[in-house]
Amino acid sequence: MKNLLFIIIILLGCQWSFAQPRTGSMLIKNGTVLTITKGTLENTDVLVERGKITRIGKNIAAPAGVPIIDATGQYVMPGIIDAHSHIAIDAVNEATNPVTSEVWVGDALDPLDVSIYRALAGGCTSSHAMHGSANAIGGECETIKHRWGTYNPEDLRMQGAPRTIKFALGENPMRVHGEGRSIVPRTRMGVEFVIRKAFTEGKNYMEAWAKYNREKATNPNALPPQYDRRLETMADILKGDIIIHCHSYRADEIYMLLNVCKDFGVKKVCFQHVNEGFKVAPELAEFGAGASVFADWWAYKFEVYYSTAYNAAILVKNGVVTSINSDSGDYIRHLYHQAAKTQRYGGLTDEESLALITINPAKQLGIENRVGSIEVGKDADIVIFNAHPLSIYAVPQKTIVDGVVYFDISKDADDVRLDVNPTEAFPAYYEELQLNHYRCMQGAFELLFGWMTERE
Amino acid sequence: MQNIFKFLLLAIVSIASLQLVTAQIVEKAEKGAFVLTNATIETITQGTVKGTLVIQDGKITAIGQNVPTPAGAKTIDCTGLFIYPGMIDGGSTLGLSEVGSVSLTQDFNEIGELTPQMQALTAVNPNATAIPVTRVDGVTTTLTTPRGGLFPGTAALINLVGYTPDQMYAGFKGIVMNYPVVRRRPWGGDNRSDEELKKEEEKLLKQVNEVWDQAALYARIDSAARANSANPKPDYNPEMEALVPVLRGEVTLLLEVNRYNDIESAIKWVQDRKIKKVIFTGVAEGWRVADKIAQAGIPVITGPVITVPSRASDRYDKAYANPGLMHKAGVKVAIRTNNSENVRNLPFHAGFAVAYGMDKAAALRAVTITPAEMFSVANRLGSLEVGKSATLFVASGDPFETKTEIRHLFIDGWNVPIDSRHIQLYEEFLNRQPGAKK
Repeated sequence: MKNLLFIIIILLGCQWSFAQPRTGSMLIKNGTVLTITKGTLENTDVLVERGKITRIGKNIAAPAGVPIIDATGQYVMPGIIDAHSHIAIDAVNEATNPVTSEVWVGDALDPLDVSIYRALAGGCTSSHAMHGSANAIGGECETIKHRWGTYNPEDLRMQGAPRTIKFALGENPMRVHGEGRSIVPRTRMGVEFVIRKAFTEGKNYMEAWAKYNREKATNPNALPPQYDRRLETMADILKGDIIIHCHSYRADEIYMLLNVCKDFGVKKVCFQHVNEGFKVAPELAEFGAGASVFADWWAYKFEVYYSTAYNAAILVKNGVVTSINSDSGDYIRHLYHQAAKTQRYGGLTDEESLALITINPAKQLGIENRVGSIEVGKDADIVIFNAHPLSIYAVPQKTIVDGVVYFDISKDADDVRLDVNPTEAFPAYYEELQLNHYRCMQGAFELLFGWMTERE
Repeated sequence: MQNIFKFLLLAIVSIASLQLVTAQIVEKAEKGAFVLTNATIETITQGTVKGTLVIQDGKITAIGQNVPTPAGAKTIDCTGLFIYPGMIDGGSTLGLSEVGSVSLTQDFNEIGELTPQMQALTAVNPNATAIPVTRVDGVTTTLTTPRGGLFPGTAALINLVGYTPDQMYAGFKGIVMNYPVVRRRPWGGDNRSDEELKKEEEKLLKQVNEVWDQAALYARIDSAARANSANPKPDYNPEMEALVPVLRGEVTLLLEVNRYNDIESAIKWVQDRKIKKVIFTGVAEGWRVADKIAQAGIPVITGPVITVPSRASDRYDKAYANPGLMHKAGVKVAIRTNNSENVRNLPFHAGFAVAYGMDKAAALRAVTITPAEMFSVANRLGSLEVGKSATLFVASGDPFETKTEIRHLFIDGWNVPIDSRHIQLYEEFLNRQPGAKK
C-alpha cells in the first residue's frame, strides 16, 4: 500500500514536470482568413482540434462539444511572432565576458511578467526571449509561447523549437568590454577576433572529443578532454545545431560575420536589428542569412544614424528572409502596425508585410513547420482582428495559443497581474520613454552609463 | 603650348560646370503661386470641400470650386487625393538632438534644476537630419521642448522649414515646468524606500514653491521700478526674469505632470498660484482624474499614445485610450509624440487613440487646430482657411492610416520636396550597383 502511494506520488510528480501545455478545440466561423502562405480566403471557417488546425474551408460543421467563435466581418490571421524580445525573462545580460555561450536565457524564464498578457492583447503568440547584446557571443535564447496564466516557467517553452544563440557586434560589446573593462574588444577588429577565436576553440574542442571517442573504442585508458560548457555550445553552433541571431547595425560588421561564418562553415545565421542590412542586401541574400529589423527606429546611437525606414522593403525586394521585431515590451503589442509601415516606406504588398511578422520570423527561428501560417496540421496559434491587421484602426479581439483563448477583449479584466506588488510606486511610464532603445543592454547599464541619471 | 593651356582651362571650366549641374540636382523648396486642383480638402474647421485650393505669397488665398487662379501659378492635380493642414506635434525634442547616445549632440537638457531662461529655439539645428525625415510624413510643426530638472527652459513652436531658427519659429514659446517626480533607477541597484522617494519629492516641491515666491517678489520689485524710476531696479536674475511673464499671465506655463495624484495636486497648485496661462503636458494618468481636469478647464497635451500603460495593474490599452477618455470627459486634448527622431509617427499616435475609442474628428483636431489654439497661433495654423498660412500636405488617403502616402508638402508657403536621407538611401540601395558580384 505504501509502495502504491509512493508510485502514485512519483507519477503525479512526473506529470507535473512533464505536463503538456493546455490545448483546446474550436471552430472559427466565417472570417476573412489571412493564411499568409496560401492567400486570403473570404467567408472561411477554421477548425481547431486539440491545439492543431485540422480543417480550413467553407461551411464546416462543428464536431460535438467544440465551441464556435463567430468571426463574421473579422480577420483571422496566424498569431504574430516576435523574433527579438526580452519579455518574460528576469535576466538579460551575463555581461562578464566577451564570450558567454555557456549561459542560457531559458534558465531565467518569468511567467509572471505582465508583458506576456499585453503581447497577447496585441496578437503576439510567440516570441524569441533573447540574451542581451553586451557580449560578442552572448547566451542561448529561448523561443516561447505566450501561455499566460501559469506559474510554471516550463509552460512557456515552445518544446521542440531549435536552439538559438545571441551574438552582438559593434558599439555594445565594444562599450561593455573595451570601454567598460579595458579588454578586447574595443573595436570592430576586436569583435571579429573574439568570434574567430571562440569558433576556433570550439572546433579544437570538437576535434579533441572526436579523437577521444575514436580512441576509447580501442584504448580503455584514453583520457577524455575536459568538459567545457562554453565550448560545447560553440561546437554545437559549428555542427549546425544552433541558429545564430546576431545583434548588428553597420554594413561592414554584418559583412564581417558573413565572412567568419563562411570560413567556419556556419550556415544558420539571422541578423538582428541590422539597420544597415539594406546596404549589403545582395550579400545577405546570397548567403541565405535572415534579417530581423525595426520598422523605423534610428538615430538613438551613432551606429544607427545612417538608417532608413525603407530597410525592410529593400531587404525583401532583394530576396532576404526578413522579419520585423519589437525588442520592446511596448512594440511587441503592435507589430501588425510596425509591419504596415513597410507599405508606407517601400510599398510592400499586404502579403509581404504580414509575412514579416508571421512566417518569416518563424523561418528565422526554425519553427515554420509549426507556426507562422494558417495551414492544416499547424499549431492553432491564431489572432482575430476587427479590421484588416495592417489598418491603423485594427484592434485584436481574440488571441489563441494551441487552441486556447488567452486574450478575449470582451472578457478582458482591468488588472491581470499574477504577481501583485502592493508597493508598485511609479510606473513604467518614464522608464519606457527613456529606455525603449536599450532593452538589449539591460544588466550592463549599472556598470556603464553614468549619464542615465535618475532624474533625466 | 597656349592651346594646351586653353584646353586645360576649358577642361577645368567644364568640370566645374558639371559639378554645378550635379549640385542643382538637389531639389530645393520653392515659394510662389500654386493651384491644387480636384482635391478633397479637409479643412478641419469648415468641413470637407471638393475643389481647388490656391496658395499665394505663402498663404491660402482661395478654397472652393470655380475659384480664380493667379497668373503663372503652378498647377498640381490632386485628383483622388486629400489635402490636410500640416500636423502639429504638441511636444518633442526635434532639432535638439542628433544622435541619442552621443551626449554632445543633445541640446535639450542643461545643468541645474532652475534654468527657465534656456531657449530651445537657440539650440534648434535647422539642418538636423530628422527634420526632413519628419516633415515628409505630414508633420509640419512641433513644439520643441527642453527637458530635465524642475524648470528646464523655454520651449518653442517651430515649423519644419527654414535655415535659421528664426525662419523656423512659428510664434509660440512656453516655460516648461516638471512637477517633481523622484523614481528609482530602473533595473535595480536603487534601494530607496517609497518613503524616501516621497520625501525627496516633497523637498523638490518645496523648492518649486520657494522659486515661485521669489519670482513673485522679483515681479513686485520689477513692477515698482517700472512704475517709478526712483525705485530700485531688481538685480540681474535671468531665471526670475524668465518666470515673471508666467506670473503676469503673459507667457504659458507648460506643466509636465503624469501621475493621477500629482495631476490633482498640480490643479490645486495652479489655482493657488493663480496661474492664468497653463497647459498640462504628458498627463499619462489623466484618464483617472479626467473630470477634475475638465472642471479646472486646463488644456492637455498628452502622449506618447503608443506606449505601455503607466502601471502594471492597468488595463493593457489605457495609454491608447487615455486621449479619448479625457476628451470624452470634456478636456481639451492635443497629442504629442514626446519623441525626437520619430516625430513622424504623430499620425499613428492619433490613429491608435481612435482605434481605442477617441472620436476621429477630435483626434484630427488634436494634431491640428487644437494645439494651434493652445499655442495662440490658430489664426495662422491648424486648419485650411483663406488667409491662413499655407502649411499643408497632400495625401493619398486618411493621414492616420499607416499605408497612406504623402505626395506634396507645403510649409509656411514653401513647396517642400518629398525628400529625406531615408528616401535617398532607399533610392541609392534598392537596386545597388554593383550587386553581390563586382
